[in-house]
Amino acid sequence: MNIEKDRLIDMYRTMVRIRQFEERVSKEFASGNIPGFVHLYIGEEASGTGACAALRPDDYITSTHRGHGHVIAKGGRMDRMMAELFGKKTGYCKGKGGSMHIADTDLGILGANGIVGAGIPLAGGAALSARMRGTDQVVICFLGDGASNRGTFHEGINLAAVWQLPVVYVLENNLYAEKTRISDTYKLTNLSDRAGAFGIPEVTVDGNDVIAVYEAVQVAVEKARAGEGPSLIECKTYRIHGHFEGDPQTYKPAEEVEEWKKKDPIDNFRKRLADMGVLTDEDTGAIDREVAGEIDDAVRFAVESPFPAPEEALEDVFA
Amino acid sequence: MAIFKEGDEIVRELSFSLAQNEAFDEEMARDPRVFIIGEDIGEHWGGPMGQFRGLFAKYGAERILETPISETAMMGAAIGAAATGMRPVAAMMFVDFLGVAADELLNQLQMRYMFGGKTTLPLTILAGIGTGVSAAAQHSKSLFGWLIAIKGLKIVVPSTPYDAKGLLKSAIREDNPVIFLSHKMLGGRLTSEIPDEEYTIPLGKADIKREGTDVTVVATAFMVHRALSAAATLQEEGISLEVIDPRTLVPLDKQAIFDSVRKTGRLVIISEEPRTGSWAAEVSATVVEEAFDYLDSPIKRVCAPDTPVPFTPGQEKFWTPDEDDLIKAVREII
Repeated sequence: MNIEKDRLIDMYRTMVRIRQFEERVSKEFASGNIPGFVHLYIGEEASGTGACAALRPDDYITSTHRGHGHVIAKGGRMDRMMAELFGKKTGYCKGKGGSMHIADTDLGILGANGIVGAGIPLAGGAALSARMRGTDQVVICFLGDGASNRGTFHEGINLAAVWQLPVVYVLENNLYAEKTRISDTYKLTNLSDRAGAFGIPEVTVDGNDVIAVYEAVQVAVEKARAGEGPSLIECKTYRIHGHFEGDPQTYKPAEEVEEWKKKDPIDNFRKRLADMGVLTDEDTGAIDREVAGEIDDAVRFAVESPFPAPEEALEDVFA
Repeated sequence: MAIFKEGDEIVRELSFSLAQNEAFDEEMARDPRVFIIGEDIGEHWGGPMGQFRGLFAKYGAERILETPISETAMMGAAIGAAATGMRPVAAMMFVDFLGVAADELLNQLQMRYMFGGKTTLPLTILAGIGTGVSAAAQHSKSLFGWLIAIKGLKIVVPSTPYDAKGLLKSAIREDNPVIFLSHKMLGGRLTSEIPDEEYTIPLGKADIKREGTDVTVVATAFMVHRALSAAATLQEEGISLEVIDPRTLVPLDKQAIFDSVRKTGRLVIISEEPRTGSWAAEVSATVVEEAFDYLDSPIKRVCAPDTPVPFTPGQEKFWTPDEDDLIKAVREII
């Protein structure tokens, strides 16, 4: 491992932002301040953070219904995202999208997506576009274990493989597709084994180890940028919350949850940073407090922002 | 393609497919961001109507992209490319195949709206429609009623080579998703005079294909030709049909239809699609709501029955609205 100190600190801060953002969303949702559905990323912070750390600002990501963490990791603004969750005019989508459609195309965030697996073909298109425009931009396509059983997975990755498109598929295997265990929908132990079917490289990493994710994705990004085509990286991780907020999670064994809480990606990274002498407990505590202030600011921004006028629903259909 | 007509004047008469071919060529030459993506559009074929012939030789594999049989991946790639600075043309072969890429159409094309106006999607989808070649239920639909239910999509349905070229050029220049529907039966001997100089036709502007005074007939694609043929027959009896071709279903030139109905007081809509949930139903409802006072008699719809499209020629002919069906409907309200 040879990662500069500032990057490690940035990754820690990003993971804490994601965790605190999601914990606050959980509270605000329970209080009735957030309409619709929200799907939280708590427990999976390392994979989005490590993956996006390997990207340049002009690179792209496609995200999923569980996308808040990806947006923060790619540099998205928490205040505008929170405002969108509240349905406010200052939100990323002016209140038209909500949690499942957060996008910031200026930052290369081509959208969360309410349809499981739908980002896979879109990522291929962004990668095709990057190549046709003569850039060396790369696309990270985030997808879950559930998405890897959709037809889009097979069509989209095959096309990218045949055309050697610059895409890195980051498959976040959190063990559950909605409420169904992965062992009920897969004959394989490592989902990344499917890469062989498309003739592309496969990597399986501990998705709760941000450094392992970063290093694996960095290799794949460099390959993609060099014109050597796509890779599939499976990040083994765990969804601490339910499929959606309010999910009673009767399908999860209690001991499984306890076991994964011991593998908490942020706690473990904090210890590791202390061992490495990068950040003391005092330093990480200071970061945690700074982030808490950012979250308060984001919520205040959301609360104080106006709702869009109802008739603005008629705008933005066509350019 | 130039042929000589009377006198010394040289007139270019082009078929539906060649008119489209010229539009592709001109737009690809004009804008390097335009490319075509689809199945079997390249070196060895040129598309089911020949509309892509020669483009591969001129623009190469970089801009004429042949995909695996993966409509989902193709449509998704076109949307992803459109959202990031390119202007793709996605060739879906037959409109029926949109079923294989339905999520992209129903849930992904709406990116601009869902993102609060942040993105533009300059994307043209090409698809063949219609009966007439015994292609049966999976290669013969028109899906007008289904397509108008998808929001954020403009729908172009040309009836002549002249319109096809001008509308296709506009579609490719649109900063919005547009589906361009080509009827199979227009791909044959039908030709239009195509000017040498460049032209475009704006989306949302109807064309009066025949002026008349007694009954307004709204028709699209191949049905325009059936309406014109019925009009010629009825003219002999002194009944005058006005044939309006909206040319685009979305946006719909409602005013052109209202203006015609004000003149004639009667409306028949002929549309090659099953009656229930049809585009024809939408036109009918719109006229009832917004131009009821102009009507002197009930509106008639001439549509297909509420069944899938049958295969055997006799049944396919029975299924497809024709001149006789239209003449019968006209007689019922005159």
